[in-house]
Amino acid sequence: MMWNGENQPPGPSVIERYFTRWYKADVKGQACEDHCILQHSNRLCVLTLAETHPILQDGRTIKNINYKISNGCSRLNNKVAGKSKRGGQFLTEFAPVCRITCTDETEYTIYSCMRGRLLEVNEDILINTSLLLKKPSTDGYIAVILPKFEESKLVGENLLSREDFEAVVSKRAADVQAQPS
Amino acid sequence: MLPLKEKDKPVVQKLLSSGCCARCVLRFCCVLVQSLYRQPGEDESEEGTRTATEQSDDPPKKRMKLDDGLKGSEASAGSGDAEAPPAPALSHCVVCLGVLQEYCSRDHARKVAEAVKTEDYHFETILLSVSLPAQLCVREHSCWLHVKKEMREKVMTRVKDDIVPLKEAFKWSVQGLIATELGGVYLGDEPCSLQLFDFVSILWHYVCSCSDVFLLVHNVEIVSYCPPHGFRHYPTPPGRPTSICTSQAIQCLHTSIYVAGRYNKYSRSLSQTPWIIDGRRMMESSVEELIAEPLASSFRSKGFNFSSSGREDVDVRTLGKGRPFAMEMLNPHRYRFTKMEMKKIQETINTSSDKIAVRDLQIVTRECMGHMKEGEEEKTKSYTALVWTQKPIEKDDIIFLDDIKELTLDQKTPLRVLHRRALAVRQRVIHSMNASFRDPHHFYLRLKTQAGTYIKEFVHGDFGRTKPNLCQLLKMDTDILELDVEVGNCGTSYFQKGNPGKSTGSMTRIVQLGLDFSGDFPRLDVENVIFFFSFQKTRLKQYT
Repeated sequence: MMWNGENQPPGPSVIERYFTRWYKADVKGQACEDHCILQHSNRLCVLTLAETHPILQDGRTIKNINYKISNGCSRLNNKVAGKSKRGGQFLTEFAPVCRITCTDETEYTIYSCMRGRLLEVNEDILINTSLLLKKPSTDGYIAVILPKFEESKLVGENLLSREDFEAVVSKRAADVQAQPS
Repeated sequence: MLPLKEKDKPVVQKLLSSGCCARCVLRFCCVLVQSLYRQPGEDESEEGTRTATEQSDDPPKKRMKLDDGLKGSEASAGSGDAEAPPAPALSHCVVCLGVLQEYCSRDHARKVAEAVKTEDYHFETILLSVSLPAQLCVREHSCWLHVKKEMREKVMTRVKDDIVPLKEAFKWSVQGLIATELGGVYLGDEPCSLQLFDFVSILWHYVCSCSDVFLLVHNVEIVSYCPPHGFRHYPTPPGRPTSICTSQAIQCLHTSIYVAGRYNKYSRSLSQTPWIIDGRRMMESSVEELIAEPLASSFRSKGFNFSSSGREDVDVRTLGKGRPFAMEMLNPHRYRFTKMEMKKIQETINTSSDKIAVRDLQIVTRECMGHMKEGEEEKTKSYTALVWTQKPIEKDDIIFLDDIKELTLDQKTPLRVLHRRALAVRQRVIHSMNASFRDPHHFYLRLKTQAGTYIKEFVHGDFGRTKPNLCQLLKMDTDILELDVEVGNCGTSYFQKGNPGKSTGSMTRIVQLGLDFSGDFPRLDVENVIFFFSFQKTRLKQYT
């Protein structure tokens, strides 16, 4: 969706109109496990997989998505109440949000990549995993996270802007090519 | 009928010797004859004396006894010298601190009238309201305890509540004078109440710790319920004041006028209300300001409250009959407008900007503001959206949309408003749709929906959080490029075309005069309560 120039709406899409894209590459040192945070102009953030994430490569299909990350904690139990969204689980940058197992037995953990309160996780992808594969940036989002008001401008501080991320990806491709086969 | 009776004599004597003025004496004796309070002249206690006796129909013997009582000096009957000046020199009353003395003069009334005239209001009715320092309440209570104490053996048929309130007496005294100065306007008869916002909070805090004291919010009747021993820190009768009340301010306030109409918004970059973040204006002007400006200058009013039946986004146009709105004009100096004049104001608004248009502008009653919000949930809205499709389409591809009726949507709170709204799922119904093909990537979609439906989210899906959505129905990505709204009938009869509305023809406009009194007063300790008598805010009430 990012690099496909065809069939784009004239003018900016919904994401481009309202959101800023932030990237975290190689999360937790795992090669290419890139995450993308879409930050709305009202400071809310949507956690998604970046297009380069292994899950979305090589025609993988998803066997299982699990929001239960430990015996005591399931992201499905997250409940927020009221305008101030009280009760949401607080996430730090390396808090796991869900674990995804693919049919080829590869396992991946998706991390928060930012500090904030968990508002909701996407339960539609539990029922329809193809959403995550086909539309990772929209219908296949992972979670919605609300940063603290005073930290809202700091979300992008430790993350890569789109240009920087593209540079990282280009470098990866160049490195791969440079390696003797 | 003689207003002062035989049994009042001891009370009168006691009060006069404590230093009460004539009007306060009349108040304590529960004299309800308003004209008695209205005596002009400087030597009011003498006048009061004279009037009381002149109005008497009783035989001279009784009259003489009354004179004695009022003079407070001789106790013998038969002296009958009503013309002699009273024995105590005219000093400041210990209860009213001059409020019922100096401030009931023609001069003061003239001053008040001047203040009103300089503001240049149009009005027919005046409502006088006065704000007094709390100390007067305490002084009055003290005085009452003073006379009550001595009257233990006598038959006291009166309770403290029968005493004529100071404010009432004041109004009886001056309102005639003010009316004359202002040219014979009608005076309202609203009772006033002593409102001491600043004090209630202090009182509450301290007094709660006292066991048998009741606190009534809104009223310094705390003093009434305070048992006598609770009053031991304050002298009875009240001490002689070193200074009197001074008039602090005379404020006039006209009741609000309500103007209503319907507005159309033709711009896609105009917010309904001013959009300001961190003190910075994000958008120049707003619907509210464009409508208010000509109104404010015609009505000569400095402030307003804007209220409308629903609202639309900045980038959405309002077409059709227009959205009903009501504007409360605060403190207008002018209130009478003919149909023609209202039409003229409407013209002015419409020519001042091409971003909005107003119709059916009329003066209405206060109830309209409430009706505006009524039925917001039951309304139906009509929208027209310009939809973009990712894949090319043909006319036939979108015909099926016309057949979809009563489609129920489950809409999670859209992300764009989730930061300020609770997270919830809302069910909303799309009653009907109508699609008009434009080109392979665009079509117009008209919708009739339940109020509160998020149209934009229905079209682009909002990350799949609105289901079903147009992307799912068409099986392709769609986005919304433009949106227009047409507000349906709001069901009220107030906005009929050409009808000047439920004008308040029979209701009179009221100008209120607020008189502020203050003075530097000694601190008063009652139990652990400390009253600080700073100046009072004027209590100005709103009436239709």
